[in-house]
Amino acid sequence: MKHLYNRLSFQQKKAYWAWLFLAVPILFFAAVRFYPTINAAMISFTDWNLLTEGKWVGLANYERMFTDKVFWKVFANTFLYLIVGLPVSLTLAFVVAYYLDQVRFMHGFIRSLYFIPYLTTAVAMAWVWRWGYQPAPMGVINQILSSIGMPQQPFLRSPNQALYAVLAPAIWAGLGFQVIIFMAGLRAIPETYYEAARIDGIGKLATLWEITLPLLRPTLVFIVVLTSIGLLRIFDQVYNMTVDGQGGPLNATRPLVLNIYNTAFKDFDMGYATAQTMVLFLVLLIITLIQLRLMRSK
Amino acid sequence: MNAPAGQPRLPFGLSGSPGRIVVWTLLFLGGVVMISPFLFMISSSLKTPDQIYDLRLIPERPTLENYVALFRDSLFLKWFVNSFITSTLVTLSVLFFDALIGYVLCKYDFRGRTFVFIAILSTLMIPTEMLVIPWYLISAHFGWIDTYWGIMFPGLMTGFGVFLMRQFFQSVPDELLDAARVDGLGEFRIWWTIAMPLVTPALSALAIFTFLGNWTAFLWPLIVTNSRDLYTVPVGLASFAGENLTRWEVVMTGAAVATIPTLIVFIIFQKYIVRGVVLSGLKG
Repeated sequence: MKHLYNRLSFQQKKAYWAWLFLAVPILFFAAVRFYPTINAAMISFTDWNLLTEGKWVGLANYERMFTDKVFWKVFANTFLYLIVGLPVSLTLAFVVAYYLDQVRFMHGFIRSLYFIPYLTTAVAMAWVWRWGYQPAPMGVINQILSSIGMPQQPFLRSPNQALYAVLAPAIWAGLGFQVIIFMAGLRAIPETYYEAARIDGIGKLATLWEITLPLLRPTLVFIVVLTSIGLLRIFDQVYNMTVDGQGGPLNATRPLVLNIYNTAFKDFDMGYATAQTMVLFLVLLIITLIQLRLMRSK
Repeated sequence: MNAPAGQPRLPFGLSGSPGRIVVWTLLFLGGVVMISPFLFMISSSLKTPDQIYDLRLIPERPTLENYVALFRDSLFLKWFVNSFITSTLVTLSVLFFDALIGYVLCKYDFRGRTFVFIAILSTLMIPTEMLVIPWYLISAHFGWIDTYWGIMFPGLMTGFGVFLMRQFFQSVPDELLDAARVDGLGEFRIWWTIAMPLVTPALSALAIFTFLGNWTAFLWPLIVTNSRDLYTVPVGLASFAGENLTRWEVVMTGAAVATIPTLIVFIIFQKYIVRGVVLSGLKG
């Protein structure tokens, strides 16, 4: 071996080492990422409950989605999380970042206050929020509402409010991350642009629209995609804030991932569950491709 | 942005205009609202059941009784150990392998390099939710359900870490590595003793995020553990809270115990974490 190795050219030696170092990782990625992906796609064409042999059913699982009322509800919920969560969180984060960027006094401390929720366990925080939403005298939010003379709200008990009540802690947790990325984007804009705007006597609002936001576009695209993917995959909050983790009341809060979890690990309907994961995969893929498109077209 | 020129400079970096003071105050109040769930959580965990309806943040008679009871009557300590061991081992594996892969893909020129890189990068597009079902089947087949290995194996290497490390190894000069080769150092030693110390900022960011990511992970540990003895902190907390549904001071104590370690990590590593978010965010 040693003899053979010494006869290799410099280039060949490098290639030898490269493949040697990559051998275990390639096995890992093949076995734990690529094989399961193909496996999931295959299972989605079968009817399989783990106990009996899986039966090939073609596109039946996909057809079933179209007539499954719960699936449509879940699909609509998932996008509602996105459509409401994205603009709300982005606006909040941008406003905070825009002003925090101008603040010097205790800058790091205030930034930490916004950032801390991002690092904490979503499960733990879901329970804290769930407690906060309880009817008075238990829940803090209803206690505050009643102390300022506002009517009590059912929050998690109402099919109309529950989704937003579950969404709030998700937005709250992600805000700090968005603020930090936004601030880094703001810092990257050269000061000369602002000086030029000042010399030309352009107002603050016009500067924001004409200079800051267009130059912030790469940052914006990045945050939009990451936030969208996060919101479409919402699970921890819903599982921990709804009764028995079922995404109720009346499936009002149930997102796609929770439906997949229930289909696979409560109903053991593996074919139908993986078919739904393929839908999730496609949706996320489309969003990522749109991002690549937006990043390229300057 | 700095204060406009021409205005008198005041201490604390405030430029003194009333507008700025209002902005600061609003930002501060917003920040207080952001951390208020933590304050209420910790406050309630220090209360007795009859005080829980009392909205006061500082309990009238603070007690650690809830914490004592929690560790005495539940498996929290065990879940803590499970989370700690699995998160630490996964982090070590990610640091070792992702750095090695990133280094090879950055510093070695060989046929197939681009293909391997794109293949690993493409795994970032595969959502975990799609993989958990096959992972579960693999685990069931090999008997990995209810084992540490079962909790850990999907995360031992990550596409994100490979990407991050490859970016950072680009700042390591090739001449340095070649000089080491001339000195007769082996390829592995060159990576480990010469290149690795030069990318410690990236390694520390990757370590913190991998650890926190695994510490807070919920979906996969929920699926792969059935036995209460093998739960991680989030899975244990979810089941514990479900059983103590109306005893909110107990639930809040559990939530506090699950959260406090991440708060401590944040306070110690604050600078690295914020820098890491920016680095990985802007490069990723």
